[in-house]
Amino acid sequence: MRITLDHVEDLARGAAVLGTGGGGDPYIGSLMLKQALQDGCQVDLLDVEAVRDEAFLMPFGLMGAPTVIVEKIPNGKEFIAALRSMERHLGKQAEGVMCAEIGGLNALLPLVLGARTGLPVVDGDGMGRAFPQLQMTTYHIFGISASPMVMADEYSSTVVIQSERSEEVERLGRNVVVAMGGSTSICLYPMSGADAKRSMVRGTLSLALGLGRTIREARRSSNDPFASMLSYLKTTPYYQHCRVLFEGKTVDLTRRTIGGFALGNVVIEGARGCASRRCTLTFQNEHLVAREGDRVLAIVPDLIAVLDSATAEPITTEGLKYGQRVTVVGISAAPIMRSPQALAVFGPQAFGLSDPFVPIEEISDPPAPRTE
Amino acid sequence: MDVGGTNTDAVLMRGREVLASRKSPTTPDIGSGIVAAIADVLEQASVPTGAIEVTMIGTTHFTNAFVEARNLCRVGVLRLGAPASLAIRPLVDWPSALKDVVHGHSEIIGGGFNYDGRPITPLSSDEVKHAAREFRTRGIEAIAVSSIFAPVNTEQEQEVANILREEIPGARIVLSGRIGRIGLIERENAAVMNAALLPMAERVVDSFRRALTDLGLRSPFYVSQNDGTLLAPDVVARYPVLTFASGPTNSMRGAALLSGRKETLVLDIGGTTTDVGALIQGFPRESAVAVDIGGVRTNFRMPDLLSIGLGGGSLVSTDGGRVRVGPRSVGHRITTEAMVFGGSQLTATDIAVAAGYAEVGDRDRVAKLDVALISAAVDEIHRLAEDALDRIRISSALVPAVLVGGGSILINRELRGCESITVPPKADVANAIGAAIAQVSGVVDRVFSYEKLGRDGTLAEAKDEAVRQAVAAGARPASVVIFDVEELPLEYLPGAAVRVRVKAVGDLVLQGAT
Repeated sequence: MRITLDHVEDLARGAAVLGTGGGGDPYIGSLMLKQALQDGCQVDLLDVEAVRDEAFLMPFGLMGAPTVIVEKIPNGKEFIAALRSMERHLGKQAEGVMCAEIGGLNALLPLVLGARTGLPVVDGDGMGRAFPQLQMTTYHIFGISASPMVMADEYSSTVVIQSERSEEVERLGRNVVVAMGGSTSICLYPMSGADAKRSMVRGTLSLALGLGRTIREARRSSNDPFASMLSYLKTTPYYQHCRVLFEGKTVDLTRRTIGGFALGNVVIEGARGCASRRCTLTFQNEHLVAREGDRVLAIVPDLIAVLDSATAEPITTEGLKYGQRVTVVGISAAPIMRSPQALAVFGPQAFGLSDPFVPIEEISDPPAPRTE
Repeated sequence: MDVGGTNTDAVLMRGREVLASRKSPTTPDIGSGIVAAIADVLEQASVPTGAIEVTMIGTTHFTNAFVEARNLCRVGVLRLGAPASLAIRPLVDWPSALKDVVHGHSEIIGGGFNYDGRPITPLSSDEVKHAAREFRTRGIEAIAVSSIFAPVNTEQEQEVANILREEIPGARIVLSGRIGRIGLIERENAAVMNAALLPMAERVVDSFRRALTDLGLRSPFYVSQNDGTLLAPDVVARYPVLTFASGPTNSMRGAALLSGRKETLVLDIGGTTTDVGALIQGFPRESAVAVDIGGVRTNFRMPDLLSIGLGGGSLVSTDGGRVRVGPRSVGHRITTEAMVFGGSQLTATDIAVAAGYAEVGDRDRVAKLDVALISAAVDEIHRLAEDALDRIRISSALVPAVLVGGGSILINRELRGCESITVPPKADVANAIGAAIAQVSGVVDRVFSYEKLGRDGTLAEAKDEAVRQAVAAGARPASVVIFDVEELPLEYLPGAAVRVRVKAVGDLVLQGAT
């Protein structure tokens, strides 16, 4: 499938929903992709089954501070420099680009690299959502090393990090990001077609695109965007267990920044079908758990998305403020993200929560569904 | 004065007392409407021209011109930041109708800073001169300069402005760091928007000046900006975007003055829409998010306003048993199309009359309306107002609300969450009254490093600078107070980089009558 200018905003909107409150604003990525397509570049989405087992594939993204990314915007050449540097380092030529993170900004950037190099982008990613650290991927769970990781700045200066431990790649990488001015292009988790087939959360780029398109079309035809969104998700292979967890108004918000992460809680006072009830969301960049009293409504790695109740526009944890009318949607994570090995890396305990992971479809007594 | 697209309003005030007011249509030349309105209020109050100490003018001209792509000039964009940022060209996301009118030529040259103030690339005066030639050969005389991390360091933008002025004498130059915040594309858009309005801004300010001179007014005049303070005419001529949305701001501040409240929510109910905003210490709360103006994303200061489709002309309909009010409206045709005025459309005003609490038009024409429908529509009107108020408040504490605008007759009950509701007199000229509150401000909004001076030292420096700016804008030094201090640490980065925003406000020095 060929990506065209018409797809860009739908993809950005869908990626923002899957960002579950984090992942960075896709806006800058959508502008970069629009420019590449306006310049006559083309990029195709490729199903992973169409990739040769021996093919060399390269996940790509940006790592850095959101404040820097919106200011020191990339030039696009450093994307290519990171890729070429990796190719030289490993003595292989990439046959395709991959996504590491479908939630937020990093959903769009591999398409920019694909467009600028003519390489196809394999449809899928390593998170099925957004996470705050680079070892929190299904690639890592399946034993694929995050390293070598190549980092490139606006001068196409590159740094290669080699370590057997993905957590160490993350820690060293953070330091290089600072030295490179707060934002860098990264190639990591180099892998074969066979590796991609066993480890990737498949099809998430086209799912994000479909999700964004569904919301836009529902708005245009004045249908309830939530009903349309949920019926779309129910047709998809992993996100099919989904429902409105809560609906109401944000009435309390606490935030703190610890170790570079934005942590906090938001309290939502119920409205309509949820009247006289309260829901609390806890986030670390992304939403981690939704609770009503002591009862867990959904918990990481299942997805918790907060959307504007009128427009279904996703709201980032950064963009939360008092008095917003929000609808909280819970969505099941892909089965490969719910294995014991996966939960050890990005389950509740990896974020310091004491609650066990319970799949959203097994949580009983669902709150009243939306009345419209 | 409030010079809107439709009406030119004038009020004559002594201190906070309204001596006379006048509402008249805006004239195509702007000036003659101003002259007529001022002459009228002076005559009403029998006040001689020479007794006027100061004139304040609020105007929506610049906002309207931009949104309608009228009277804009072509702009050259010079971005400093290569090799960074090349992946997104200037104006790449503008609606083509605006881009075609505004975009002259763009250059991205070496320059810009990192978040910690380290240059990305040293500036090359040869590159600037080359860009200047490109602009000159295309006849471009308005140039927007945008540097990466200009809010951290404005030096390069200033240096570039100096070179451009030498290369293109008479060029109009706008520096992004003077207008917008963090977010290169949004800030650059704001600078381009401002540059595109410059020739028109000069003409409008000139027409204000001539109108006042024609009346024999020799005292100074000011133009209101959207934070509720005033700008000197020469500043408006250089920064017209600072007046965007000053209309609703003035209306809110006027409402607050009339009701004697400084901390309040304000509902301005018109014919088609209701604007809702919050006043904090008498000033409008500012929006924290990117604002879309005419389809262009920007991030300069704007009041935090919510606009909903509820007004006196809102159409009332039933949809599957549920009564709806708005967002469609008969607008200014209400005086012929609403039922109480002999028309056939059922509007919110008809409901208020039928329910017995508003007295306009002919009540007999709505006497046969279904009682259940009236009751449900009244509920819906109040629900919409309550919902809007609730979305603009920042805590669940009870707050007062002030109601202005012609549509305020739609409300006759307590509104949930409100401690009280005030409907002040003279609310129809609240805009002009809001413009007449004589205060000026100074704002510092930059990224500082706490490493050099420490937190206290840095904040003290920022406060001093804000106070100096307020005094330079015309404030009486003893009256200047620090109005607001905000610190935002930059995430993911070593702790020392913090965006600091300080605002100082003071009373305008009045020179006395001439």
